[in-house]
Amino acid sequence: MTDTRFTGTSTYVATDDLMMAVNAAATLERPILVKGEPGTGKTQLAVEVANALDKPLFEWHIKSTTKAQQGLYEYDAVARLRDSQLGDDRVHDIANYIRKGKIWEAFASDEQPVLLIDEIDKADIEFPNDLLRELDRMEFYVYETKQLVEARHRPIIVITSNNEKELPDAFLRRCFFHYIKFPDRDTMAKIVDVHYPDLKKNLLSEALNAFYKVRDVPGLKKKPSTSELLDWIKLLLAEDIPPEALRSEDKRKAIPPLYGALLKNEQDVHLFERLVFLDRGAGHQ
Amino acid sequence: MLIPFFYMLREGGMNTSITELLTLLEAMKRGVAGTSVDDFYYLSRAALVKDESQLDRFDRIFAAYFKGVEDSLGDLFEELPEDWLRKQAELLLSEEERAMIESLGGFDELMKALRERLEEQDDRHEGGSKWVGTAGTSPFGAYGYNPEGVRIGQHGSRHRSAVKVWDRRDYRNLDDSVELGTRNIKVALRRLRKFAREGAADQLDLEDTIDKTARNAGLLDIRMVPERHNAVKVLLCLDIGGSMDDHVRVCEELFSAASSEFKHLEYFYFHNFIYESLWKDNRRRHSERIPTLDITHKYGADYKLIFVGDATMSPYEIVYAGGSVEHWNEEPGAVWIRRLLNTYQKAIWLNPEPRERWDFTPSIKLTREIIEDRMFPLTIAGLDAGIKALH
Repeated sequence: MTDTRFTGTSTYVATDDLMMAVNAAATLERPILVKGEPGTGKTQLAVEVANALDKPLFEWHIKSTTKAQQGLYEYDAVARLRDSQLGDDRVHDIANYIRKGKIWEAFASDEQPVLLIDEIDKADIEFPNDLLRELDRMEFYVYETKQLVEARHRPIIVITSNNEKELPDAFLRRCFFHYIKFPDRDTMAKIVDVHYPDLKKNLLSEALNAFYKVRDVPGLKKKPSTSELLDWIKLLLAEDIPPEALRSEDKRKAIPPLYGALLKNEQDVHLFERLVFLDRGAGHQ
Repeated sequence: MLIPFFYMLREGGMNTSITELLTLLEAMKRGVAGTSVDDFYYLSRAALVKDESQLDRFDRIFAAYFKGVEDSLGDLFEELPEDWLRKQAELLLSEEERAMIESLGGFDELMKALRERLEEQDDRHEGGSKWVGTAGTSPFGAYGYNPEGVRIGQHGSRHRSAVKVWDRRDYRNLDDSVELGTRNIKVALRRLRKFAREGAADQLDLEDTIDKTARNAGLLDIRMVPERHNAVKVLLCLDIGGSMDDHVRVCEELFSAASSEFKHLEYFYFHNFIYESLWKDNRRRHSERIPTLDITHKYGADYKLIFVGDATMSPYEIVYAGGSVEHWNEEPGAVWIRRLLNTYQKAIWLNPEPRERWDFTPSIKLTREIIEDRMFPLTIAGLDAGIKALH
């Protein structure tokens, strides 16, 4: 049992099931895979876990060109070749040209770290398979220096995925899994409260009303999520919009102000405007 | 006790493995879950389910399994009565009222009835005297007048009974029984790869560098080459609308897998069969059409042509001029598809209809003859065979 359990932080609201998944992963020292709609705080989770448990955080952001090997180490042969040309003494020790990757850094940490592998689905389809042994045994072999790197403390590994690619079964078997579902109204109110503690009560409830109404518009390509809501509320506060302006009973003001923060897709904006227009037309008849 | 549960999950169509079961048992041994059923539900879900599309299935199996063994699991549910008592205080029950509950069959009966009603009811409900909802007189729901009412979803209690959590079936929308996943399709499509080096030289060519350096009397001469890319070119023609509506999902998956796998991928839509024009944007299918001849002129013969369609229609739509259901076609579809096949020697037709039905649909038979039997079912095996035929 770890000495501390993750229960959310002052800036992050964690649901019961999320806490359970994180604590199970931390106790058994297995990776936790987090999926969910974009903008529901997947990446943030690792940062908050590190904060809450007071552990160092290592972030490895994956791109489409990232190779599994880069997380372990890279051998800079070109630099060595160049040094040999210049007669540099460093050239005799191959270890001078081994560049540590994020996984190695996490393995070498003095205390148990949190390692974030962000958006693993962006990489090549075989990427997760290439990390199976490393994540399972928490060790890897450096061929150039004939050295076995073992984790000093098995890190808490948080892996996020946006579902752009399916992950291989063998990889999934080794992880705990949590799907962050879209927060319900109560949780959402808590989340907003954590970010804007002195928000006027009626503004919050009007904003949430308008927000869930926008989310309910059928056929949106990208529904606004938590991070969009937080941005929007920030804008509302900055512009000092009164709560009454958000109430859509008045058909002429049916479009919530600054809705550009909620809808990020041009087609969605058009669709939304058209629906509001139709609605308004019907209201006048 | 978890082994029957494990087998029930597997029988229920989940591909839970022994490793995952052992993980769960280890986590329980290390005391991650504590004693509450809620915790056990969350823990088993995190350990056994690895895909959000399986969450709903897991919830249903969990509910079914624990409904059956509830009675023999007295100690597992030990925490519930305490929870229930606290709720009672909340509900301000008098002695009398408590007796009334007993007369109704006691707490267990109440919970059972509640679950049954939740199963009957789908929508949010207000008022009334039977359904679960708000402001009613039914025993279940929030802000009710019935003394033995049970609160549901009125406040974020941390001790909500787990039965309610999994019976709510929050993940219903995510369930699908995908047999042909995007990953499978991608792996199959990979066979089509043909690597070639073109573009900017940004990789060190080690062999050439060594060779040139040696020839340069040991003075370093670095050589670079472009990265290898998949050079296969694909034209994808997708049937859309009508009888294809049943297969939209699998086609979307095929399309999304293909579009990230190939750099040179062009796609066009058609309805039922190929005629003199195709289109790229289905919403503007009537205003923005691309003449089929332009396609054969624009894309070279090195493109591989893949049709995706159920080929299920009236045979007239293939062999007669004017047979199209959407417009007047001057020349029959068979003529147009032969023109395409003349340009693109490497062509296959993927059919999402099950193979058994092919022989009973005249238009499929006809299409198979035209495409020289290179029609394959849209399954993993079919895709594999199709890709082989494209080589």
